[in-house]
Amino acid sequence: MIIKTTSTSDCKEHDVTDENVYHQRRELIKKMGFLGAGSLLSSSAGASILDIFRDDKIPSSLFSQNKLDYKAINGFDEELTPEAKITGHNNFYEFGVEKQQPAELSQSFNVNPWTLKISGEVENSLTLGYDELYSSFDLEERIYRLRCVEAWSMVVPWIGFSLADLVKKAKPTSRAKYLAFETLYDPVQMPGQRSRRLGGGIDYPYIEGLRIDEAMNPLALMSVGLYGKTLPPQNGAPIRLIVPWKYGFKSIKSIVGIKFVERQPATTWNLLAANEYGFYANVNPTVDHPRWSQASERRITTGGIFAQNRIPTLPFNGYGEQVADLYSGMNLRKYY
Amino acid sequence: MAIDVPRRWIPCFKVLVHLAALYPLINLYYAAFSDQLGGDPVEAVIHFTGIGALNLLLISLLISPLAKRFKLIFLMQFRRMIGLYAFVYALCHILNFLFFEVQFDLQLFIEEVFERPYITLGMSAFLLLTALAVTSISKLRRKMKSRWQILHNFIYLIALLVVIHFYWSVKSEIIEPLIYFAMYAALMMFRLKKLRGWMKGITSS
Repeated sequence: MIIKTTSTSDCKEHDVTDENVYHQRRELIKKMGFLGAGSLLSSSAGASILDIFRDDKIPSSLFSQNKLDYKAINGFDEELTPEAKITGHNNFYEFGVEKQQPAELSQSFNVNPWTLKISGEVENSLTLGYDELYSSFDLEERIYRLRCVEAWSMVVPWIGFSLADLVKKAKPTSRAKYLAFETLYDPVQMPGQRSRRLGGGIDYPYIEGLRIDEAMNPLALMSVGLYGKTLPPQNGAPIRLIVPWKYGFKSIKSIVGIKFVERQPATTWNLLAANEYGFYANVNPTVDHPRWSQASERRITTGGIFAQNRIPTLPFNGYGEQVADLYSGMNLRKYY
Repeated sequence: MAIDVPRRWIPCFKVLVHLAALYPLINLYYAAFSDQLGGDPVEAVIHFTGIGALNLLLISLLISPLAKRFKLIFLMQFRRMIGLYAFVYALCHILNFLFFEVQFDLQLFIEEVFERPYITLGMSAFLLLTALAVTSISKLRRKMKSRWQILHNFIYLIALLVVIHFYWSVKSEIIEPLIYFAMYAALMMFRLKKLRGWMKGITSS
């Protein structure tokens, strides 16, 4: 199904920004290496004297992305974040905690074959192989704002299909109240799962969850691509969740399992620090993270340090019109 | 046996230290201004200058134990300079936060400093470090006499506050901050006697 409303929260197109930045990416990584090479203090922007212990080698070949067939959309308002920044600035601790590490350490990640298993309280258990991720549902482009819990944001042209379509196909039973998602656990391929230091000391596999009515909301997207191509590993190849009204950590990457369950499933960041990260994690400018304000955010677009504009954060990341009903009557301070 | 270097080499070494401290900073801002610093140059400059300040602070604390143990007296001539560069990096760290993170929203800046304990801690460390930087001028040092040393021993507290500030600021990746704790503890081990004397000095003055 296609989301084509004209609500105020929609992104509209003015300038679809420079992909040419993307092609300077190798150059960029090289320069970042050079930056530190002669320095007393560090070997990269993540700067520390501990960097000498790291093996963040620049891969000799980049992961190859395929062109996708999808229904493109026109008509957005906000400037897109350039592809180089979307693919070069990632929180994907399975490939390292520093923002540039996933791009550096994931390029040999093998996504084919892949198995996505849909199980639990459903009449129709499903297993999708690599090709079926792209062929089972109609792919469409959706331009969404992505708001990280760390108070930065991007605007990303995702490609994917409605999670609702997948749910309908699986035919949940009356006992299915929640969906429990799981990321691949493969320490051989994911260095962050081997090393506590590289992986930020969180327990793997990464797990996330949604209430079933959240999963049925038309905004919830299973993404298989961005900027016209299949996802690169650092953005969650081959398939990831996108729930744009929630903080980015809800949008779990490289999914191998979706289980329909009766009780609210555990989620990774909530297990790690329940007072900082709730199950719902709806974008909410009035509920601060204990250690920083959530009232505003820095939008990452084209340009250097002066181009990173601070803008007010909107309730539900600006998607209140489509999702606020899901939470009517709930105390969002308690269920953060 | 004291190892000393010829006097005339000292200025050359000083130039090298200046270059080693300034080069990464110039490179950093050049990359940040020209959009060559990854997806989020703001986070990158804040982290680089923060860690840089802590590294320099620890190096400055390493100088006197090294000079004493290996009788490398000439090293003492670099201590003030490295301490002042720690201050410069710390100043950049805070200005980065003010200019690029909160973008001159002074109200937000003040709120964050007072409401977020890890930022309050970091700012306290910076204010103390500022007092040390200002009183590092030789003239003031002579004027302050023995009180100068008492004040400048606050560097031990500052370094501790900075390490806690780092530990407190991360989301989950605590191993690196813990290594800094260990390095700090090791540097303090050389100074147990002095620390006791300092505590007495504070309480009696």
